[in-house]
Amino acid sequence: MAQQILRRLGWMVATMLVASILLFLLFELMPGDVALSELGPYSTADQRHLWMVANGYDRPAVVRYFDWLGHFVIGQWGHSRLFMVPVASIVWQRFVNTAILAFWFFAFLVPLSLGLGVLAGMKEGSWIDRLVSTICIVTTSIAPFASVVLISAIFVFSLHWLPGTSTMLDGFSFRQLIMPVMALVLYDFGYIARITRASMAEVMNTQYVRAAVLRGLPYRRVVLRHALRNALIAPFTLLMLHVNWLISGVIVVEYFFAYKGFGSLILEASLGRDLFLLEACTMITVAMAVLTQTVADFGYLALNPRMRPA
Amino acid sequence: MSDFPVEVAGILPRPNLRSRFAWVRRIGHSKVALLGMAILLFWVLVAILAPWISPFPPNATIRPMASPGAHAPSGAIFWLGTDHLGRDIASRIIWGTRTVLLYAPLATALSFCVGITGGLLAGYRRGWVDDVLSRVTDLVLAFPALVLYIIIISKFGASGVNIVLAVTLASSPAIMRLTRGLVLALRNRAFVAAAQLRGEPAWRIMVVEILPNAAGPLIVDACLRLGYVVITIGTLGFLGLGLPPPDPDWGGMINDTRKFALVFPHMVLFPSLAVCSLVLGFNLLADGLRELVMEE
Repeated sequence: MAQQILRRLGWMVATMLVASILLFLLFELMPGDVALSELGPYSTADQRHLWMVANGYDRPAVVRYFDWLGHFVIGQWGHSRLFMVPVASIVWQRFVNTAILAFWFFAFLVPLSLGLGVLAGMKEGSWIDRLVSTICIVTTSIAPFASVVLISAIFVFSLHWLPGTSTMLDGFSFRQLIMPVMALVLYDFGYIARITRASMAEVMNTQYVRAAVLRGLPYRRVVLRHALRNALIAPFTLLMLHVNWLISGVIVVEYFFAYKGFGSLILEASLGRDLFLLEACTMITVAMAVLTQTVADFGYLALNPRMRPA
Repeated sequence: MSDFPVEVAGILPRPNLRSRFAWVRRIGHSKVALLGMAILLFWVLVAILAPWISPFPPNATIRPMASPGAHAPSGAIFWLGTDHLGRDIASRIIWGTRTVLLYAPLATALSFCVGITGGLLAGYRRGWVDDVLSRVTDLVLAFPALVLYIIIISKFGASGVNIVLAVTLASSPAIMRLTRGLVLALRNRAFVAAAQLRGEPAWRIMVVEILPNAAGPLIVDACLRLGYVVITIGTLGFLGLGLPPPDPDWGGMINDTRKFALVFPHMVLFPSLAVCSLVLGFNLLADGLRELVMEE
């Protein structure tokens, strides 16, 4: 087990290193590009040259990469041109905001999708199975950018129940969190529910569950004690891998509702050509993705005894 | 190879093409698949007939902020209203069909070319080819897809070609992984061993013997992925990273007019419904096909 953890950690570090090299090659290989991005299109060639010398961009690329990496590891991510503050200070605050969003997203997604999936998978082909499957296929067809529009049309423009933006300018407001969470859950729960349903249906067809039913055990007990644990292995792994997928949805939802989170920060950095901010955001998302993949792997090991070393 | 002689007696030749694609002919039995195909057929016809059925030129500015059903000065009707610049929304949706039905299949096809080639090589050759390709796959999949698009497009700019290439880069690893798994399950079958004994070249075994037998799951995945690429292209347009204006693009239409949505919901509603119905078509078709393939 210790060896597995070490190998896995090694893989994480290696992936992040390769990602950092790619990012550096893409954005910082040409010092002129960096200067242009920092000083803007109206800077003169002389100004850009002075900036490059002053900031060490006249050194060879390999030296600059290791310098950049060293500063990155200790949290010195440079200065944000867009927000006029150090990148690290703004990233942290935005990250917390998105973590709040993600927490409530999972708090609603997990019971809803697992519950529906288990209900549908318990009796394959029943009316409840058909109903859940139909709802799932329709909701997963509604793209996040369309679902934000559709639920706004209902709850904001027609019924006037909820605020249409979630800027949180006057402090934290739960009312403003409802729409973003709803949009994310609406797009996502169908996918998880379908996987849960398939997994549950498969488990309900296994010999040991049939044996338990034939032995005359109460149906509730068979489902809760015998089937559920094995049926939830696949959805659990998927939920963890889903963080990667979630980031895409978060960008759209935060952008639409003007929520000051990490996803909208990536987009602002990209549209505003804020190079250092974009680099930091990308590295953090890759770190998050790799971390959750690792957790998913170990969770899978913990849940599935067949995968444990003898 | 241990089971080779046993299987030789029964089925030495690979399953022939007719029986392998029998599920395609049974498509009429799946109502879900037929419904999906009907929706897709509708949009394909709209794209083909765009010049004849669209009431106005897509970029003509006629009368701003008209409601659905209002009349143009010429007497024609704005069935779905106009946007903030006075462009007819129905015409823009109709012409936008051409954009999305050009780029989504193009990007998906390219992703499958790359993914299938890599998956066949990794699964059949194994060894260092498999190691290298699998590591690259892991690396690309560590990036959230939309972040990858944002990086690529902010570096190389937004254009149709760049969007297609970015989608290919982001989605071919998953296809490669799927193909590799299918190949691993097939490479030890008797008909592959028979072809190897006949001395067939490796590429021929991969393309003629293995690939057609892996086609079912790949076709289902292609339908799902087409829907997903439609969402991706729309999302890029919505985030302002899509195709440059003024040509109509569904995601871009929503982004351009969303600040007016409070007063004129029709501007964002109809393009959203168009995207959803197209994606629904692909998802229904994939769902129906999956059942047919699973029955095999």
